[in-house]
Amino acid sequence: MAEVLVLVDSAEGTVKKATFELLTAARALGEPSAVVLGVPGTAAKLKDQLAEYGAAKVYVAESDDIAGYSVAPRAEALAAVAALASPAAILISSGPENKEIAARLALKLTSGVLYDAVGFDGDGNVTQSIFGAAITVQSKVTTGTPIITVRPNSFTPEPLAGAAEELAVSVEVSSGAKQAKIVSSVVEAKSSRPQLADASVVVSGGRGIGKAENFHLIEELADSLGAAVGASRAVVDAGWVDHQMQVGQTGVTVSPQLYVAVGISGAIQHRAGMQTSKTIVAINKDAEAPIFEIADFGVVGDLFQVAPQLTQEVTKRKG
Amino acid sequence: MNIVVLVKQVPDTEGDRRLDPSDNTVDRPAVDGVINYIDEFAIEEGLRLKEEQGGTVTILTVGPERATESIRKALSMGADKAVHLTDEALHGSDAIATAKAIAAALGTVEWDVAIAGSEATDARGAVVPALLAEVLGVPQLTQARKVTVDGSTITIERITDTGYETVEGSTPAVISVIEKINDPRYPSFKGIMAAKSKPVSVLALSDVGLDAGEVGLANAWSQVVSFENAPPREAGQTVKDEGNGAAAIADFLVAKKLI
Repeated sequence: MAEVLVLVDSAEGTVKKATFELLTAARALGEPSAVVLGVPGTAAKLKDQLAEYGAAKVYVAESDDIAGYSVAPRAEALAAVAALASPAAILISSGPENKEIAARLALKLTSGVLYDAVGFDGDGNVTQSIFGAAITVQSKVTTGTPIITVRPNSFTPEPLAGAAEELAVSVEVSSGAKQAKIVSSVVEAKSSRPQLADASVVVSGGRGIGKAENFHLIEELADSLGAAVGASRAVVDAGWVDHQMQVGQTGVTVSPQLYVAVGISGAIQHRAGMQTSKTIVAINKDAEAPIFEIADFGVVGDLFQVAPQLTQEVTKRKG
Repeated sequence: MNIVVLVKQVPDTEGDRRLDPSDNTVDRPAVDGVINYIDEFAIEEGLRLKEEQGGTVTILTVGPERATESIRKALSMGADKAVHLTDEALHGSDAIATAKAIAAALGTVEWDVAIAGSEATDARGAVVPALLAEVLGVPQLTQARKVTVDGSTITIERITDTGYETVEGSTPAVISVIEKINDPRYPSFKGIMAAKSKPVSVLALSDVGLDAGEVGLANAWSQVVSFENAPPREAGQTVKDEGNGAAAIADFLVAKKLI
């Protein structure tokens, strides 16, 4: 049976949920093989987790150059694995850096690439959602090995025992791929909250919050739901929160199971980044706010009352 | 320093954007064309580098004839001149072909850095800068929130999941910037007037040595097979808070098995 390569995303020895989604989705296209790219020793920590979600093989392409130089070495290493495996398709979770890897890989393999898929079938028909989720598109790769980047939360991970047979792939990073040197890597605020891009639940705050000092209301509600924290552009522009938390057309696009919009009017700019969320809840004092047009459940009221009360109610129900 | 800024004209996101059903491509004339939002930040960064390092800023646009309007706007911010690669054969090009076209156009000018916005609001692929670096075989310094130039060494701060990386490469290099990098200036009246007479070199594929077989809809490595308007999201329930709004939300979440 043809193999399907799934690029593994991990952090500190833990495979990310998005990878399990792809290992699950890959089954429709062929036999899933996980690909671990990293510094020596990365794969050893991940193998068992990959086995739990059906990886038949785990290709291990490790080199210090992968952490030493930006993006290009990973595209090269993945191309080397593809040359070995001759896969039916290559699946990569959508993210800023991952899409760059996918694109450079596409050029190396003379293969078409489709970005930000929200679904696909066994025949390689890929579904994409464009123009702020206004239009749904069916696309297909017509040249080479289909490379598909997939939005997190598009598939549900289903555990399945896999052999996870380890295959080491030797990585010789060319000098051409070492032109962008990573001089240092800085970890900033270490958060125990989920990452915005692939969280199942997101709570976002908007201009209605009033000032930076009030943003804790959003954080507390998020924590009660085990959610990631997001923000509208107005809040980011005002400097109340970091740019990385911006949800919207020029920020992160999310598609979680649950999106809670607090004090957000729901302008097109913002909706473009979240309107494919499975369930949307909105709290806003303005009954005319556009957010209510797309909310599954909305409360017109004072967020300074409703948000903390909701935090309490959620905590109580989860109790 | 020879600074090139890549500018794309895109359909205004506030407009009713659509695909042309005759060939499933972006229907550009359907909506006003504007400078891609993040490209304004790229232009600003180019101007800032020129103020710091000396040299020239050239706007480079690959796009249909109507992109001229966006090129003039970019010039009115203070860029010196422009190159406009426009050719019917480019219609329907995918990101890969676009990168090849930009690379070919860059071949007609002297350049040390090519600065792009990280992502365009139409296709939102956010990959052309990376592809351009791959095609040209030059350093990829993308998603920068800060750019520093020291002679021929370019250093950027690039945002990561957990913080940021400092990445360094030598010119010629491809740079892309994110919103966080700066605050784009508004064109002055003087700038708008001056833009009218700044030189715009209009090139066709044959002028840049790129074969039509490498670009365009028929030669793309993927195709849009079909499309439809997404079903409008229906409004659910909305209640006025009379002290019980939060409880109502919680009940709703429990009923949906979300908590």
